[in-house]
Parts: sequence; C-alpha cells; structure tokens
Amino acid sequence: MSKIVHHIPEDMLAAYAAGTLPHGFAVVVAAHVSLCPDCRAALEAHHAAGGVLLESAGSVSVSDRLKADLLSRLDEPFTPEPVYERCGAYPGPVVQALKGRAPRWKSLGMGVRQDILSNDAESSVRLLYIPGGQAVPDHSHHGLELTLVLQGSFHDETGRFGVGDLEIADDTLEHTPIADEGEPCICLAATDAPLRFRALVPRLLQPFFRI
Amino acid sequence: MNVSQNKSDLSQQTIWMLAVRDNRDRQAFAALFDHFAPRLKGFIMRSGTSSERAEEIVQDVMLTIWRKAATFDPHRAQVSGWIYQIARNRQIDILRKENRPLPEELKEEPGQEPDASQLLALQQEADKLKQALAKLSDEQREMIEKAYLGELTHQEISTQSGLPLGTIKSRIRLGLDRLRYELKDLQE
Repeated sequence: MSKIVHHIPEDMLAAYAAGTLPHGFAVVVAAHVSLCPDCRAALEAHHAAGGVLLESAGSVSVSDRLKADLLSRLDEPFTPEPVYERCGAYPGPVVQALKGRAPRWKSLGMGVRQDILSNDAESSVRLLYIPGGQAVPDHSHHGLELTLVLQGSFHDETGRFGVGDLEIADDTLEHTPIADEGEPCICLAATDAPLRFRALVPRLLQPFFRI
Repeated sequence: MNVSQNKSDLSQQTIWMLAVRDNRDRQAFAALFDHFAPRLKGFIMRSGTSSERAEEIVQDVMLTIWRKAATFDPHRAQVSGWIYQIARNRQIDILRKENRPLPEELKEEPGQEPDASQLLALQQEADKLKQALAKLSDEQREMIEKAYLGELTHQEISTQSGLPLGTIKSRIRLGLDRLRYELKDLQE
C-alpha cells in the first residue's frame, strides 16, 4: 500500500469519538481508521481526552441495588458481539455494513456500478466500482460527501487518491473523479444528502438509482 | 508481566483493570464500579437522560467492561479513555438498536512482553493532557465537554472556533508518537 496522504480532519474524528457523526460517515471513518495508523492514534487521543473529562465529570450517586444487581450478573451467559475481519479490499467495518455478504453490484451505466449499503434520513453509504480510466458522471453536492478508496486509485481536480485516502467534498466542489488506468477503482462513499448529477438524463434517473 | 515491579507507579485504576483482565478479580471490579459508576451516571445524565435510565446504561457499560476486559491494553489506553469509548459505543448501540461501526481490532503479537516504560509514558501523557484541559477557560472547557459528551453535531464542532481540538491533538500526539510506531508495526 502506498502511503496514505489524505486523512480524516480533526473535527470529524472528534465527532466520531463522541458518536455524533451520521451513520454513513461513521462507517467511512471506521473503515479509514482500520487502514490508517495515524488516524487510529489520533482517534485514541480523542478517547483519552474523553476519559479525562469522564474522570473529572461531576459524580451522581448510584442507588444501592445497582452494584449488587451488577455483581450478580457477572456470570450470566452472553453472546459476544460478532467480529468482522477484513476481506480482500474490504476493511472490517465495510464487511459489517455488507452484513458479511459479497457486494451486489447494480449498474449505473458506462461500467460504473454501485451497491447501497445503508440509506437513512441522515446519510447514505455505498460502494462504487469504477473501471480503470472511467469517469464518474460530473456531479456537485448538496451536503458533504466522503469518498474512501479501497482498491485502485482515482484523480480529480483536487488531486490523486490511492488506497486508504479519503476525499472530502462539500457544496462548493464540482468535480469529475476519473479512475486511474489499471485495475478497477473501488470506493466507499457516504453523503448526507442525495447527489445531484448535472447531465439531464442521470438526474432524471436519480430517483430510480437512489443516488 | 514485569508490571508488578512498577506497580507503585501505575494508577490505581490501571492496577484494578489489570486484575480484572488477568485474574477476573471481582473485588477489583467492585472497586472500578465504585470509582466509575457515579462518574458515568453523571456523564450520561448531562445529556438529559433520566436517573433511572442512566443507571440501566451504567449497568450495561460496566457489564461490557467485565466482558471485554481481555481487550484492554494499558500500552494504548488509559482505563478512563477505554471506558469512555465503551460508554459512547453502548449508548449509541442502545439508541440506534444496531451495532455502531467500529475500526478493526489490532491483533497483538502472541507472547508480546509488556513494556513498563511505554505504559508509564502513556500515563504521563494523559496526566499532561489533564493539566492542559484544566488550564482552559471555563467557556472552552464547557465547549469541549459538550463535544465529547455528544451534545454537539459534527457541523457544530467544525464551526466552533473556540474549540481547542488542536490543543488536545498536539498535546497527546507528542506522547503518541511512540504509540503510533507501535501501531504501524502491528498493522503492517
């Protein structure tokens, strides 16, 4: 893997640590951190800061029975949470979002494919498959769009993005990502608003593709 | 584990947590409960949760600490930071009724010797972070608390100019340089 050069901004890591990022963004952050030791260290710094605040937070006394109840439950049988391992190009959090299945690609035309992993009122997250040399239709954004490269690479007006790199695009950026020649580029992309395509036909198709 | 030689240097919470992790020590767990349960309850109630509901969450968090103790690594986390993370995860899982996406766990090399100096270095950095946070103005501290309690959205965090996230990052990153190299070794 070439060195990751595009990282998660500090405010977004803090929001992830505090749990206030929309679900789709949280999937992307968790996937990037799985690939990036720098951001993992930074995230753990935010946990440490949260811990310091917890230590110094005001205490509220707990009821007497809480401790007894808890101690009596220590031997209860329980099912450990499932652990999702990396699978090929897909980091654990992506495998989790896929619920362990292989991607189910749906064509968007021109060889570009997608698999929508989740789509709620706040955000959506999907996998994108772009053949080498192919451009993703020109689009601008209503809100924020995070794109994490999982395989191959792409470039656009702002730079080049390889495996592990995260591109952050907001309303002001109108860009045309183009997959580099070679193996297909697979990205994990999350938005907090539907994408707007500039070409007329894709815009008409938008409700059908949910993009 | 050569931690025992340096036990006097470790924080009381770390000693309790290691006893829970390595010996399933219930007395040590009860001591952790006495220390953290009221703090967790105060923390959770800050966001408007009722006392009764907060206690349910505290119980859930403490039970998770007992069950996941094996994943506590004092080289990488202070007990309070580790518990903070578990508390946030559990609150979100309960709220959303689904598991929050978490990064892959790092796999430790089997039989890796604990490094007491690394352990203490991390503890010292956390102490320095504590001092740095104590020096913030009331207003800044209030903002920081809101951010880490989950009371600010990402948008609010990114537009809060008074939020000294940079202080936190630079403060702890100095001490995390070594940690970062260790993480790289583990990942590559």
